[in-house]
Amino acid sequence: MHADPAGVLTGSHFLDGDHACCEGALAAGARFSSGYPITPSTEVVERFASRVPTVGGTFIQMEDELAASITLQGAVWGGAKAFTVTSGPGFSLMMEHIGLAIMTETPCVFVDVQRGGPSTGLPTLPAQGDMMQVRWGSHGDYEIIALCPNSPQECFDLTVTAFNYSEQYRVPVFVMMDEVVGHMTEKVVIPPAEQIEVTPRRYTTIPPGEFLAFEPKDDLVPDMPRTGEGYNVHVTGLTHDNRGYPDMTPAQQDKLVKRLCNKIRQNVDKITLYEADQIEGADVAVVSYGITSRVAQRAIDLARDKGIKVGKFRLITAWPFPEKQIAEIAAKVKAFVVPELNLGQMVREVERAAAGKAVVRHVPHAGGSVHKPEDILQAIMEVAR
Amino acid sequence: MQHLTEIRIAGFGGQGVILSAIVIGKAGCIFEGGYSTMTQSFGPEARGGACSAQVILSDQPVLYPYVTRPDILVVMSQEAYTIFAPQVRENGILVIEQDLVRVDKLPAGVRVYSCPATRLAEDLGKKMVLNIVMVGFFGAVSGVLKPDSLRDAVAASVPEAYRDLNRKAFDKGYEYGIKTLNGEIPAEEPQIEVAALET
Repeated sequence: MHADPAGVLTGSHFLDGDHACCEGALAAGARFSSGYPITPSTEVVERFASRVPTVGGTFIQMEDELAASITLQGAVWGGAKAFTVTSGPGFSLMMEHIGLAIMTETPCVFVDVQRGGPSTGLPTLPAQGDMMQVRWGSHGDYEIIALCPNSPQECFDLTVTAFNYSEQYRVPVFVMMDEVVGHMTEKVVIPPAEQIEVTPRRYTTIPPGEFLAFEPKDDLVPDMPRTGEGYNVHVTGLTHDNRGYPDMTPAQQDKLVKRLCNKIRQNVDKITLYEADQIEGADVAVVSYGITSRVAQRAIDLARDKGIKVGKFRLITAWPFPEKQIAEIAAKVKAFVVPELNLGQMVREVERAAAGKAVVRHVPHAGGSVHKPEDILQAIMEVAR
Repeated sequence: MQHLTEIRIAGFGGQGVILSAIVIGKAGCIFEGGYSTMTQSFGPEARGGACSAQVILSDQPVLYPYVTRPDILVVMSQEAYTIFAPQVRENGILVIEQDLVRVDKLPAGVRVYSCPATRLAEDLGKKMVLNIVMVGFFGAVSGVLKPDSLRDAVAASVPEAYRDLNRKAFDKGYEYGIKTLNGEIPAEEPQIEVAALET
């Protein structure tokens, strides 16, 4: 279906990534956000709080991130599309409720504008240090989806995608921005509402009384009940059966947790988004994401000027990790170069997927700024020899 | 628009540094159809501290988002001048608020243009529009963007109630810039003691 025009600010704008993300949420149909604003994500909800009354919706400033991350889930079960935004310290506090959203299959979006950590770290400066936290930060086995925009335009586009994925797969979806992308201002083109594809909530057509709230469809995802129409549902973080009632047996645990993972794993090809350029014939492939992909592009251009055959692979979905694509590239290139604003996170996935078929060279950076293109160029030149 | 123009605007917090950068960036990508990327230094200080914004204008998508060697530096405080003037590219342009900045040594070939933007803004009755006066002056002396693009970007970036005032501020700065280029401005403008302003 198409976006509701009420939330779509069609036109060309000069927006920072945070504001563009807010417009993406509004275009996707988000009408509720509960937040505990934190730098460098504050502008997302600041704009949402100012815009949403004109569209018809609610923003609540909560007492902390625990409240923010659980309140939005209540809104979702009440029928709204909802999200919250945060940065590292708040993201850490949200982990428990992210687990609840996974277990209860609550479609919702979390935006993490990454800053330097650990702890309060560098409030106003960039990092990409939450990439493993988003994958593994809550306890237990699960799969989530995480998207990495590298421009304000993508902050808009991928926030829409995040909402769509969350509705399609009934899973929390994460927009993993960084401070630079969040605070840089560029042209953002917001299309007319009829050109924005929005995935509606999967409401059941089975009448109350016959409906089983967690009975999966063929794609392993259950449909949702419409609140207020007589459906009595039980929603719990405990291991539950298809009715939603606790069933804490090894057999049910096996069935439920495998389904929660498999609904993502069996759809990896539909979910995975990436940008590949000049991989064929390349000696070196640079794998990057977020703001680092733009710095890496400059290094790639400099390397090509020197006659080095360099390909680019940009992760747009960091999770699920595009391991099939990386494995294929590993069979063709001599080496991968992986710059990221952390001391070694997604590079481990590249190493795992490459499985020893190609050298993997990490270009670490503790955060607080972006790489110098020359540092990435140096790594490219070394592995190309 | 040239292939790549790196611009830094710097001054005190509260002078409207960020808005000037927004106007220039918006003129480049919305009103001239090129590409522009604007970033700003975020610090805990909100007012009165050092404030700096960077705009990269290009006819191609901008990759690296930060300015390394500005082609054009616009400064509205002595502190900003001291920090950033050594970074100006050879044969670049330095634009100063002449009552607030005293120029000493500079990289080779840098052209200096000075504008009493605060006084010109005061003539309009609102000192706060000095940033837009500076944008007008910058537009005239640098020639990197069309004056109409900048003027439209000013109007699109300020609240409706202040549009006329800001348009006037832009025009005042722009005219002063044209006069400067034509050599119609007397060379010996009085300069206020910098030390007195910094207290």
